[in-house]
Amino acid sequence: MDRSLLEGDPHSILEAMAICGYCIGADKGLIYIRAEYPLAIHRLQVAIQQAEEYGLLGKDILGTGFNFEIELRYGAGAFVCGEETALIHSMEGKRGEPTFKPPFPAQSGYLGKPTNVNNVETYANIPVIINKGADWFASIGTEKSKGTKVFALAGKINNVGLIEVPMGITLREIIYEIGGGIKGGKKFKAVQTGGPSGGCLTEKHLDTPIDYDSLVAAGSMMGSGGMIVMDEDDCMVAIAKFYLGFTVDESCGKCTPCRVGNRRLLEILTKITDGKGTMEDLEELKNLSAVIKDTALCGLGQTSPNPVLSTINNFWDEYVEHVTEKKCRAGQCKALKKYMIDPAKCKGCTACARACPVSAISGTLKNPHVINQLDCIKCGTCVEKCKFGAITVR
Amino acid sequence: MDTIKLTIDNREVEVPRGTTILKAAEQMGIKIPTLCHFELEGLALENRPGGCRVCVVEVVGRRNLAPACITECMPDMVVKTNSFRALNARRTVLELMLSDHPNDCLQCPKSGHCELQSLAADMGIRDIPYKGQQSQYAKEFSPSIVRDANKCIMCRRCESVCHEYQSVGAIGAIERGFPAVVSTAFGKNLTDTNCVLCGQCVAVCPTGALAEVDNTGKILRDIANPNVKTCVQVAPAVRVALGEEFGMPAGSIVTGKIAAALKAIGFDYVFDTDWSADLTIMEEGTEVIGRLKAYLAGDKNVKIPVMTSCCPAWVNFYEKFYPELRDYPSTAKSPQGMFGATVKTYFADKIGVPRKNLVCVSVMPCVAKKYECEREELGVNGDPDVNYSITTRELARLIKICNIDFNSLPDAEFDSPLGESTGAAVIFGATGGVMEAALRTAVEVLTGETLPRIDFEEVRGLDGVREATIPVPGVADLKVAVVYGLKNARMIMEQIKAGECPYHFVEVMACPGGCIDGAGQPYHHGDASIIRARHAAIYEADRRMPLRKSHENPEVQAIYKEFYGEPCSEKSHHLLHTIYFDKKIKFDID
Amino acid sequence: MVGPKVKISESNFLKIKEICESFDNNPGELINVLHKTQEHFGFLPEEVQQVVADCLGIPVGRVYGVVSFYSFFTMKPKGKYAISVCLGTACYVKGAEKILDALKSELKISEGGVTDDGKFSLDVLRCVGACGLAPVMTINGKTYGRLVPEHVKEILAEYAE
Repeated sequence: MDRSLLEGDPHSILEAMAICGYCIGADKGLIYIRAEYPLAIHRLQVAIQQAEEYGLLGKDILGTGFNFEIELRYGAGAFVCGEETALIHSMEGKRGEPTFKPPFPAQSGYLGKPTNVNNVETYANIPVIINKGADWFASIGTEKSKGTKVFALAGKINNVGLIEVPMGITLREIIYEIGGGIKGGKKFKAVQTGGPSGGCLTEKHLDTPIDYDSLVAAGSMMGSGGMIVMDEDDCMVAIAKFYLGFTVDESCGKCTPCRVGNRRLLEILTKITDGKGTMEDLEELKNLSAVIKDTALCGLGQTSPNPVLSTINNFWDEYVEHVTEKKCRAGQCKALKKYMIDPAKCKGCTACARACPVSAISGTLKNPHVINQLDCIKCGTCVEKCKFGAITVR
Repeated sequence: MDTIKLTIDNREVEVPRGTTILKAAEQMGIKIPTLCHFELEGLALENRPGGCRVCVVEVVGRRNLAPACITECMPDMVVKTNSFRALNARRTVLELMLSDHPNDCLQCPKSGHCELQSLAADMGIRDIPYKGQQSQYAKEFSPSIVRDANKCIMCRRCESVCHEYQSVGAIGAIERGFPAVVSTAFGKNLTDTNCVLCGQCVAVCPTGALAEVDNTGKILRDIANPNVKTCVQVAPAVRVALGEEFGMPAGSIVTGKIAAALKAIGFDYVFDTDWSADLTIMEEGTEVIGRLKAYLAGDKNVKIPVMTSCCPAWVNFYEKFYPELRDYPSTAKSPQGMFGATVKTYFADKIGVPRKNLVCVSVMPCVAKKYECEREELGVNGDPDVNYSITTRELARLIKICNIDFNSLPDAEFDSPLGESTGAAVIFGATGGVMEAALRTAVEVLTGETLPRIDFEEVRGLDGVREATIPVPGVADLKVAVVYGLKNARMIMEQIKAGECPYHFVEVMACPGGCIDGAGQPYHHGDASIIRARHAAIYEADRRMPLRKSHENPEVQAIYKEFYGEPCSEKSHHLLHTIYFDKKIKFDID
Repeated sequence: MVGPKVKISESNFLKIKEICESFDNNPGELINVLHKTQEHFGFLPEEVQQVVADCLGIPVGRVYGVVSFYSFFTMKPKGKYAISVCLGTACYVKGAEKILDALKSELKISEGGVTDDGKFSLDVLRCVGACGLAPVMTINGKTYGRLVPEHVKEILAEYAE
């Protein structure tokens, strides 16, 4: 979403930064941008040059005596650098490790100087608010969350893409009106908002007006503005595991709970999706998640258990099923899949047995075959080979 | 003073604004455990990353727990250090740490001194509920230091010391997330980095991730070998610290017990590095006087300031970082080196033992001395002048291994002829000591008059950089500086490079407070009062000595008469002085 | 009795010096320096990091600490065509893992690997900001979206020589 702003309207960001500089008496602005966004980088470079040519950046802007220049700093692939202190260290040429606040960047930031850090989307709102007035902006949205919000709508939904909606809109409106409903007529299961730090919202949240507070109350957050729609084919334990995999990759490693704790969370989740989980593991998931939230150094660590906690809260049954029945209702957890041959449909053609890479299928010609569950690696080759639809997956 | 009131564990306390919860609790008798937090108060050494999260406490009204070590007290704050929430979190964090830590405490070099181990014991950890991946790094050995990165808990103390305090930067955090660990660039051996082996990383490491190379086994074998004679020398700072290993208060002076213990262990000759410290003053002092006179006479080629060269980590530092300035430090070997060279020539001849059958061991407060022993130029045809060195901690172990009840040992004397020393030698153990010892001799030599005073209080103290002007009537006002910590040494080197160094003579020690806090000393765990007690003990030992100027040492006078001739003679140049090398990283460009 | 030696060709040495000088040898610009250096060399081997450290006047450990921290920097050479599969949430939900599996079996390498002929390298990354096109992969910066495993063969064929 920020990428589209930087690519689509970079001048709005530059303008807002200059305004910000004017307000706080800064004469230099830095944009920290991911190196993975080459087009956005290019357009920003062009925009900065244009703005300088027009005298909207540089010395004595519009004859006011105010000087402001903007430089680009590139990220290098570290999610944690979205945390403001880590971002500042990264801009200083260091490892992107967060530091304890206070001191806040406004007290001591880039090179030890007071620094104001804002998001791209925040800046993009500024020129419009100044042009149209605060009353106009405040007329949109809810009591506490004013204005509009851009979401990156994605996942199992018919219309995907960026949407700008007023605060207070309901999930139902977004999914079924703007998004055109769930793809393939499948059943809606959850919406994940807020990225890896966020949580899942379910059926019961569909009519809740969305704003900053309601999302937090529902166990999620606005965060990045990502909005991923999931249907009945998505396993919520696997989703939690997916997010934890991300946090584990992106943890800076500075504090113990995030460095070791998230790894252990991921290991427990893997144990569960592998069909080896116990009820004690589920209890440990809860305790560990709570402690990581309570003790991690920065926002990344403090929110990293959110996907686990919110899926535990909303989809506890699915967790229990994985543990007690060794069953994944979405059929997503490979280790829990069970391939079986229906003796009534099997013609004994031996095609499956010949194709099986681990020789897990036994049987004689023209007689029903059987899959040895201990040997089966759940690759699905037999299903593809069977011409009679005799092999089912549970 | 601006103070604030807050409540900790149901008790009100008033503290100056800016005080951390940890400090405030401490003054109330509440001891919140810490691991990454480290502070050597008054010695400018600290590490406060707030990373281990062991010290978390509950602050009423706050969303999450607060790390006590870096959270400042606020007016009317209500803190609970032992609520269930805080205790459960602390235990879980500790369990997580232990879940990625080898359970080999019994074989660990830090066993009994490990802060992680004692915390686990205090918290009553009996089982670790978290099983999973463990770090797998290979152990790495250098002449002085053993690294076991599997035991690294990312407290970053060593990194702070190496980067901030020493300005060396040989070890630091690498990788990120679970694999993140403190290591060298590309995981290289310390010997292949710019590490100067000061060992302060070992001194501050709370676990067994960094430890000294252990040479106690070699000693036992050599003592048992009927074909060799063994002799040992003991550095000044050892005598004010070893007692701590046996439950004595910091600052206990145990010189006589050390001599007795070394004899009980079975060394054939028990000598004193203090003797060669006096010898060092004769050599280095003469060199200083010579260079100074030439300088004052207008000789443009002479390098001023003269810098001390006793500290082996400092020698490594200028060889690796400032080889172009290696003409500034004195060519005098360290007291350890001078002792070894004398033992393996003069003394070997005297007792009629070929040098290869004479094993010379040193007991040092230092780990860099182990490397100094291995320097090729400090030996003859591969036979080192000092065969190897052990630390104060290793000596304590050796004493225990040999069933010696140290506390009840009656005092003994060092052997002659390399055992007698003066007060000037013992102060080598503290920052400013070499300077003061040199001044006690040099000023008398320069003026030709007996000093009206012995103490040069102006070069004493525990500040990292101290300077003084010493008037030498009829010669000059001598400008001197005393620094410890290699970052401060770097500052002097930069001054020299810029041609702006105002000093004639500079003493450099790598470790905080000098050798009293050498990396081979008993672990102080951040208690600066221990360093201060050792510091006071060094000067107390000096006061107790009947002779307090190096040139008055009769055994030193005797060896000049008998063997070396005079200070800086050809023979002493050959045996008591050394050369330095350019060890800076070079680019082989083709 | 000498310090460690680092072998490097003169042209590479001068190139790194030039890059560092273009940033005034300012250690605060380390990440920008590394970007430029990696752009030039394709990767950041040890000797390159040594020269960067020397030019910027910082310990090489600090350079390596940064290189090993950021996933964008690599010490291994990439393939002529660097393939990155997005494993962001939107792509994951839309089956990015299957695309990754298809690439692995087609190229016979795993994540982080390079084909024997050096032609392709395969990496995963987190969100290229094209969630609307999920699942997505990029080859040398060119984006391929709405993928199904069957596309993999055709796309790789575009890079036949």
